[in-house]
Parts: sequence; structure tokens; C-alpha cells
Amino acid sequence: MRLSRYVPLVYILLLLLPIYWLLNMSFKTTNEILGGFTLYPHSFTLDNYRKIFTDPTWYMGYVNSLYYVAANTLLSLVVALPAAYAFSRYRFLGDKHLFFWLLSNRMAPPAVFVLPFFQLYSAVGLFDTPWAVALAHTLFNIPLAVWILEGFMSGVPRELDETAYVDGYSFPGFFVKIFIPTIAAGIGVAAFFCFMFSWVELLLAKNLTSVAAKPIAAVMTKTASTSGYELGLLAAAGSLTLIPGAIVIYFVRNYIAKGFALGRV
Amino acid sequence: MKKPVNNKAWFLVLPVFLLVAFNALIPLMTVVNYSVQETFGDNVFTWAGVQWFQDVLRSDNFWNALQRQLLFTFIVLAIEIPLGLGIALTMPKQGFWVSVCLVLMSLPLLIPWNVVGAMWNIMALPDIGLLGKAINGLGINYNYTRQPVSAWFTLVLMDVWHWTSLVALLCYAGLVSIPDAYYQAAKVDGARRWAVFRYIQLPKLRHVLTIAVLLRFMDSFMIYTEPQVMTGGGPGSATTFLSIDLVKKGIGQFDLGPAAAMSIIYFLIILALSWLFYTLMMRHQET
Repeated sequence: MRLSRYVPLVYILLLLLPIYWLLNMSFKTTNEILGGFTLYPHSFTLDNYRKIFTDPTWYMGYVNSLYYVAANTLLSLVVALPAAYAFSRYRFLGDKHLFFWLLSNRMAPPAVFVLPFFQLYSAVGLFDTPWAVALAHTLFNIPLAVWILEGFMSGVPRELDETAYVDGYSFPGFFVKIFIPTIAAGIGVAAFFCFMFSWVELLLAKNLTSVAAKPIAAVMTKTASTSGYELGLLAAAGSLTLIPGAIVIYFVRNYIAKGFALGRV
Repeated sequence: MKKPVNNKAWFLVLPVFLLVAFNALIPLMTVVNYSVQETFGDNVFTWAGVQWFQDVLRSDNFWNALQRQLLFTFIVLAIEIPLGLGIALTMPKQGFWVSVCLVLMSLPLLIPWNVVGAMWNIMALPDIGLLGKAINGLGINYNYTRQPVSAWFTLVLMDVWHWTSLVALLCYAGLVSIPDAYYQAAKVDGARRWAVFRYIQLPKLRHVLTIAVLLRFMDSFMIYTEPQVMTGGGPGSATTFLSIDLVKKGIGQFDLGPAAAMSIIYFLIILALSWLFYTLMMRHQET
């Protein structure tokens, strides 16, 4: 029993090892990286980061990525909120079928949708805009958002709605002024998940953009394949992608556990 | 209390319905369309019937990729589910360290998948990577770009590193929702650790474990970016999973018909297996 206390500690140390190695590489010069195996940067340098913050193709990658992630999160939440309310409060014609149809989209491999998305968004003039990626990512984020929000909303007793209507609230008034604040934690968790799955996805993001809206992930894979493997630069770019995630985790840290159970615990 | 019937609720789901119809139905119909037609370019299409489906089902390429995919998914599930459960069981239940644990454990989940690939790439390089150097230092010949076994080992290790936290966090969420009274009752009865786990914790965890297995199954079955960045499907085709094969066909070679047929078969396999898992794991839920 004593020993088992150290299991999470060991696990977390193992988790941090590759992250340390990435940071370690990002502070090395190319010479040192190619020169041999070193456990920490002997000739510490910030050049790799300097390059990223001064070269527009690099830093615009981050801007583009954050743009479509934000757009996707907003879009997913705005349409998922009323839908989740409907699913949690009422029965209606075809409700179960609709719910499972939505969920089945979470099971669709992005590889299947790349080409049709490319053609669809080209046809409506969205190709190579952040909105193309934002829309494409709703494919798996809307089902998830509806599912999480429905879980949280079902935890709120229906007496709340009824009391509000008796007090003379209209539906929109009740929804915005009372209901949304009540499930604020659920909205935070849903937003976290939308952010997460949109931020980490590469296949769709890369293939639905070419120049103007290129995400950081695509900039990175291009660097990896063209410019003779600049490992230090790649490591620095990778290290910077950890930051938005870390910030978001910090904000939802108290709800992570419940959120990962999709509001159903 | 039963939910009231109200068909006006359709107005609330209408935005989702329209968006998903535009975003999922049109592309899906495009795929179906391609899967039954032959094209010679210039947007001229002729009816091909089930030709492409037969081709895919008869090709060794597809069956090999499917086998590799099933094996990979099976291995990562077999490691991640028990490991995640074990970690959740040993985590502290309250106090300052819980937040620290949760935050640090979530970190891998929020790293873009190509960065995960790049990170492990750097980690596993035989001459300058920590992992590669360590394994070679033990006297084992290890090179993930040349040996299929090394490539598989690295990919599995990467996936375990990447996703075990998800299972652990889900299980943890399930565990903290068990009321203290259950444990006290068990203590009064003199239940052993194993009995507590088997008769109190495990039944309460059924629901979250189902979610964990489903999510991990679906996502590992669709894996693309990480192996693509790490090994590019190689050495040879040792780590060419279904998505990698499909993207090669669809975008690389632009074989629309076969790619579309394969897409549909692929999607149907995921749907069928997900449904199977769900029914099996929820079978005793009614009690």
C-alpha cells in the first residue's frame, strides 16, 4: 500500500521526460545537436525562438491556428447549447435517432472526410480560410459538445426552468440569464474539449489550407521535410505549442475530472 | 420524472441539424458517389457498380493494413486501460496534489499530434535521442526507421504516453463520485482491498470505463498523424495503418473510386465495432 503511493509520481515523471527532451533540444544550437548526445544544453541559445518570433511564416502559423480553434469553439458551443437543452429536457420526434446520428460523426475518421471537405469548401469559396478548418472540426466537436452539455444540463433539476417561467421569464430570457450561468462549469468543460480536439488535429487543418491560413502544425511538418531537418527549430516550435494547452488546463483544472467523464458522473 | 413530449424542441436542434447536414451529409454523399463511379478526369463519370468495393476487399494491401490496425488498437487498449485504471486507483483523493496531478497528466492530451510525433522522433533517434541512446546503451540494437519491431515498439510506447492519461482521468472522475458511505460499509464488513475493488469500485466505474474504451478504440483506430510523422508508415509498410493507407490512395494517388470504397468500408467497421463494444459493456447496465 505504501509503495502504490509513488505510482502517480513515477508515471508523471515518465510523462515529463519526452517534454524535457523537447525543451532541451530547443535550447541547443544545431552544431551541438548534430555534434553528439548531451543531457542538457551546453551552449544555451535562444536563437531558435528568436527565429520563430521574427519570421512571419512561423508566427503567423500560431495566429492562424488559434484563429480557427477559437472560431470552432465558439461555433460548436453556440449551436450545441440549444440542442443539448432540447435533448436534456424534451422528447420529440426522432430525438434518439438524431442524437446517435450526431454521435456517429465522432466516429468518422478524418481521413475519410479530407477529400470531400476539400471539394465542398472549394466550391463555396472557403478553402484556405480559417473558417474552413473551423467548420471541418465541428464534425467531431459538435457531437462532443452536445454530449457533454447534455450530461451537465440533465444534472440541473427541471424545477429551475418551471420556477423561472412562473416568475415570468420568456424562454430566451431564462436561457441566457439563468440557465447559462447555472451550467457555466459545463460550458467551460465543453469549450475545453472543443479547444483540445481542434488544437491537436493536423490532417484536416493541413489539407484545407494552403498559404494564407496555414496552421502551425503544417508549417512544422514542412520544415521537417524540406530544410534538412533543423531539429532545434522544430523543437522550439513544438515547445511553443505546449503553452496554449497549459494555459487552458490551468483554467479548467478543477473541472477536468468531471469533464473527462463528459459530465456523466 | 419523464421528459415531456414537445415537438417544438426541433427548433432548438435545428441549427445543429443544418450545420451537421451541410458538414457531414454532403461529404458523406460525395464519398458514396465516388465509390460507385469510374472517372477518367474532366469530370466525366460512368457507373462502376460495386467494382471498387470488390477491388478493395480483394486487395492484400487493405487486409494487411486492417490487420495491422486491429493489432495496434488491441495492444494499446490492452496496455492503456489497465494502466490508466491502476494510476487512477493510486491517485490521492483530495488536497493540493490532486490539482498538480491532474494538470500534469492532462499535458500530453493537449499537444498537437504532429508535435507528439516530432517529440518522439527526437526522443527515439538512435544517436542523439534519450530513448534511442538508452536502449542502444543496453546492448539492444534499436533503430525505428529500419526495424519494424523497433518502429512498433516506439509507436505503442508513444500512444501509451499520449493517451493513458485520458483513461486515468476518466477513471479518476468515476472514483471520486463514489460516496464515502460505501467504503465505510465495506470497512464495517471487513472487506479486503480486492473485494472493495471488485464489488464497489468496478461496478461504479463501468460507465466511465465504457466511455474510455470507446474513445480509445475510435481514436486509435483512426490514428494518422503520429505514425505519419514518426515513421511515414514504414519501414516498408510495417506501420501503414488504415488512415495512412487511405490518405495515400485518396490524396497521394488521387484514386477516387477505390479510396471512396475503402472509406465506406473503414467507416462501417468503426461503427460496427463501436456498437459492439457499447452493447457488450452496457449489457448488465439495466440491473
